Amino acid sequence: MIEEISSNNSIIYRLDPRVKIVIIILFSVVVAVSNRFVVLITALAVGIIILFSARIHIKEVFKRLIPVNTFLIFLWFFLPFTFAGEHLFSIGFLTGTIEGVLFTSRITIKSNAIMLMLISLAASTPIFTMGHAMHQLGMPKKLVHLFFFTYRYLHVIHKEYTRLINSMKIRGFKPKTDLHTYKSYAHLVGMLLVRGFDRSQRVHNAMICRGFSGKLYSLSSFSISRADVIAFILMAGFILMLGILEWIQTT
Amino acid sequence: MDTNNLIINLQDISFSYPDSPPVLDKLSLKFFRYDRIGLMGPNGSGKTTLFHIIMGLLKHTSGSMEIFGKPVTKEKGFDEVRRKIGLLFQDADDQLFSPTVLEDVAFGPLNLGMSRDEAVDIAKRTLESLDLAGFEDRITYKLSGGEKRLVSLATILAMKPEVLLLDEPTAGLDDKTKAKLIDILSDLDLSFILVSHEIDFLFEITDSIYTMENKRIVSDKEAHLHQHIHSHPYGLYTHKHK
Repeated sequence: MIEEISSNNSIIYRLDPRVKIVIIILFSVVVAVSNRFVVLITALAVGIIILFSARIHIKEVFKRLIPVNTFLIFLWFFLPFTFAGEHLFSIGFLTGTIEGVLFTSRITIKSNAIMLMLISLAASTPIFTMGHAMHQLGMPKKLVHLFFFTYRYLHVIHKEYTRLINSMKIRGFKPKTDLHTYKSYAHLVGMLLVRGFDRSQRVHNAMICRGFSGKLYSLSSFSISRADVIAFILMAGFILMLGILEWIQTT
Repeated sequence: MDTNNLIINLQDISFSYPDSPPVLDKLSLKFFRYDRIGLMGPNGSGKTTLFHIIMGLLKHTSGSMEIFGKPVTKEKGFDEVRRKIGLLFQDADDQLFSPTVLEDVAFGPLNLGMSRDEAVDIAKRTLESLDLAGFEDRITYKLSGGEKRLVSLATILAMKPEVLLLDEPTAGLDDKTKAKLIDILSDLDLSFILVSHEIDFLFEITDSIYTMENKRIVSDKEAHLHQHIHSHPYGLYTHKHK
């Protein structure tokens, strides 16, 4: 689950969350569209530096990088063989090309660089602060509410899920590859949806009873400090440099 | 009785969900200021429904309803009702939706138009009055069941209601938290309607107990002859109890 994992006395932790969000977005876009290895590797290196300055447990970082890289492994199975280009190696009748390998490497570096940046900046911000920062940056209210409620009720829904799974288990349910298993899982998912819907209505009712009229108020106030401005200029400058480096190559 | 103190006046209220038999049938209830009444009744007898009708979350199919001396029919009239009457939900997870305790308790006061500082101040004082000082930054979903219940109560008390509707507040609580809740409720200078299955609990903090029967509220003051079965050592020998 999304949870703060950084130690709260790092410089990164104290940065204004709005600055962090803007940097994440800029960084992700620029890195995602870049193709030069110089650019990508610099981005990855900076990602690692920022990760360390956020003082996040390395174990946690690896845990979060697993999903992305599992996906990338599958790409490595297919992409090198599907690109036309110079022959590099062969496995049976499959031929890997240099272009294919380069392309897959780019994707791998990009994804990891962006993920590292996201982890270091997002994980060092309390979720609620993050939501309000998004709101202040002009993100639609509905999305921000959705973000809050997903975070709050993920846990409740997960508890409901474990309860249901356990009740299936104690009645001897063992997942197999047959219709009964699929049906049971379908019921489980259906039940979660229905219960989720019911709960959302109860929550809404409870909010109405306390005078809710569509507006969520924030208790945290943000103020841009000098450190924020400096950090922003530094990072924005760095991202701009990446952009220029990439642009020089293409022209 | 004094009509000025008549807070809730329900007359012949009926309610049914679409395509099902009525849940409430011509129910009448007069609730006065300083009343502390308990409400018992089997599951599904419409106690929660009654609360939701009073709060305007459900619309009764027939009958008339006056709250604080004014008939309420439209959504707008319920704004005042919701400000003055606080409903404690059965499931605390429904009530606590904010990430942190302080934010949740301040939610109501902010909706009432208070400034951020006022809301935080009142939230802190409410938490303190319930012995929950220091809970401000706790994450709501990580609280224990008893803590969740008390924080839920705080979220409602922070709005300074005149009446509380409590829907099975003791459900799932251990004896210690229950005792704490009894202390808190008897110290409050508020009128309330309390739904519970626990007769001891109701005896302790309410002045009169009603039951839901035949889709209505009845006051059952008649003494019923009943038998106890009990066991103890030497119980086989004829003996008397005080």
